[in-house]
Amino acid sequence: MNMQSTTTAPAVSISQLNKTYDGGFVALKSIDLEIRTGEIFALLGPNGAGKTTLIGTICGLVRPTSGQILVGGHDVVTDFRKTRAMIGLVPQELTTDRFETVQATVAFTRGLFGKPRNDAHIEKILKDLSLWDKRNDKLITLSGGMKRRVLIAKALSHEPKILFLDEPTAGVDVELRRDMWNVVRDLQATGVTVILTTHYIEEAEEMADRVGVISNGEIILVEEKTELMRKLGKKDLSILLQEKLPALPDTLARMGLKLREGGEELTYRYDSKSERTGIATIMSALSEEGLRIKDISTHQSSLEEIFIGLLRDRT
Amino acid sequence: MNIYAIRAIYQFEMARWWRTVAQSIISPVLSTSLYFIVFGAAIGSRIESVEGVSYAAFIVPGLIMLSLLQQSLSNASFAIYFPKFAGTVYEILTAPISHVETVIAYVGAAATKSIILALIILVTANLFVEVRIEHPVWMVLFLVLTAVTFSLVGFVIGIWADGFEKLQLIPLLVVTPLAFLGGTFYSITMLPETWQTIALFNPVVYLVSGFRWSFYGVADVNVTVSLVMTLVFMAVALGIITWIFKTGYKLRS
Repeated sequence: MNMQSTTTAPAVSISQLNKTYDGGFVALKSIDLEIRTGEIFALLGPNGAGKTTLIGTICGLVRPTSGQILVGGHDVVTDFRKTRAMIGLVPQELTTDRFETVQATVAFTRGLFGKPRNDAHIEKILKDLSLWDKRNDKLITLSGGMKRRVLIAKALSHEPKILFLDEPTAGVDVELRRDMWNVVRDLQATGVTVILTTHYIEEAEEMADRVGVISNGEIILVEEKTELMRKLGKKDLSILLQEKLPALPDTLARMGLKLREGGEELTYRYDSKSERTGIATIMSALSEEGLRIKDISTHQSSLEEIFIGLLRDRT
Repeated sequence: MNIYAIRAIYQFEMARWWRTVAQSIISPVLSTSLYFIVFGAAIGSRIESVEGVSYAAFIVPGLIMLSLLQQSLSNASFAIYFPKFAGTVYEILTAPISHVETVIAYVGAAATKSIILALIILVTANLFVEVRIEHPVWMVLFLVLTAVTFSLVGFVIGIWADGFEKLQLIPLLVVTPLAFLGGTFYSITMLPETWQTIALFNPVVYLVSGFRWSFYGVADVNVTVSLVMTLVFMAVALGIITWIFKTGYKLRS
C-alpha cells in the first residue's frame, strides 16, 4: 500500500448511500465505504450484487437516491467537474465508436475530460498498451481484447487520479491481463488509486491491497487482502473410491474425513493456505486401510458459498 | 466552461459528418432539384407569380426551410441517439461537462451542418432561378435561429427515442406535414379563410414567412411576429431540455 494513504484525504468516501431504481429495485443499501488514496481496492461480489451500480454512482452514471459520495474531498453531485476530472472509468461492456480510429478516440476522451491536446501522452499510453501499431485502425476492425485495451487507453487519456476497472478481465486473454496488471502497478507507483470490481477471488488476490465484499447491495466486509484470503482459503478434497465403503473407519473419521451417501466418495475440508493441510497423512491412512483410489479432485468453495458463509458469520 | 470538451464533441460530430459527406449533401441537393423541376418548372410555369414574385423563386425560401428543418432534426437526434444505442454515451455522462456545454456542442454541430446544407441548396437554387435577398442579415438570423431551434428539438427526440422507429416518427408524422402545410410551396393567403386561421397555429408558418420576407420583402405574417414566435419555439425547446437534464430523463438511471 502507498505511504500517502495515512496522510491524505481518502480517494473516495461514501456515507449512507442508497439507490432504489424507478422500478422499485433496491440496488444499494446504506453503503459506507472509504477507499484510501493510492491503494488498489477490489470490490468483490457475485453478479447482480450492486458492484456496477456502486461504481456508477461515483462516476456520474447513476443518480444516488440518498447519501453522500466524496471524491478527493469533493461532492460528486455539487462539485462534479472536479470529481469527474479525477476519475477514469473502464466499463464492463465493450462500447466503442465503431468508425473512429484508435488514436482519434483516445484523443477525443482527453478533450472531453477538459485536458488540452497532448500527443506525447497519448503515444505513451498507446505504446504501454501495445496499441501503437493499431493507432490508425478503425475500432470496428479490432478484436475484443484490443477493444478492451482501447477502453483502458481512453480511461487513462486524461491522467486520472482514480481509475475504475469494472470487471476488467472478463473475456480477456493472458497477455492482456499481464499488460493490464503492469499498467495498474505502474499507475499505483505514481500515486493513482485503482478500484476494480470482480467476481474472481484470484483477481483480487493477485492485485488488491484491500478487498470489499458486496452482496445484495450491502457491503458485507472490508478487509486487508491477506486477512480475507485466509478466510477464503478453504478447499474441499474429494476422493472417489474403487469399491464402495459400507462405513467410515474410525481412523479416517478422526482426521475429519466424511463419507458421502452411496459409500463411493470421501470428502475432506482443509485450509489451502496453512502449512499442513493434512492431505499427506490422509493419503497414507487410506493406503493403510487398503482403500484403492479411483480419482481425486479439489474444489475451492464458490464465491456464492463463501458469501453465504460470510453472511452467516455476520448474523 | 469546459471548452476542450465542447470542442472535442463538436469536432467529433463534424468528422462523423465529413466521413459521409457525399451522401449528406447529394441527397438533399438532389431532392431540392427535383422540387424545382416538378414545382418550379412543370407546375410553376402555369402559375404566373405569387405576390409579385415568380413562383419558382417564391418557393426557394420554403424549400431551404424544409431541408433546414429536416436536417437539423435528423442531425441532432441521431448525434445523441447513436451514443445511447451504442453505449458510448457513458463517456459523456461521466465527463466533467455541464448540461449547457453538452447541448452547445451537439446542437452547435447539428446546426452548423444544416446551415452549410441550406447554403448549398441556396446556391443550387440559384442555378435554376434568379434568387434575390433583400435583407441578408435577417436571412442569416432566421437561418441560424431555425437551425438551432430544430436542432434542440432533434436533441430532445434523440433522447426520447428508444429505437430507430421512434427516431423517424416525429420527423415523419409531425414535422414533414407541418412543413408542407406551413406555406413552403404557397402563401397561406391562398388558402380559404378558415384554413388561414388554422395555419396560424402551425409554427412552421412563422419560420417560412419570416425567412421568405428576408428574400423578397413579402410575408404572410409580420416579420416581428415571426421573429418572436421563432424565439418562443426556441425557449420551449430549451425548457424541455432543461427538464430532461434536471430529472436525468432517459440518460441517467
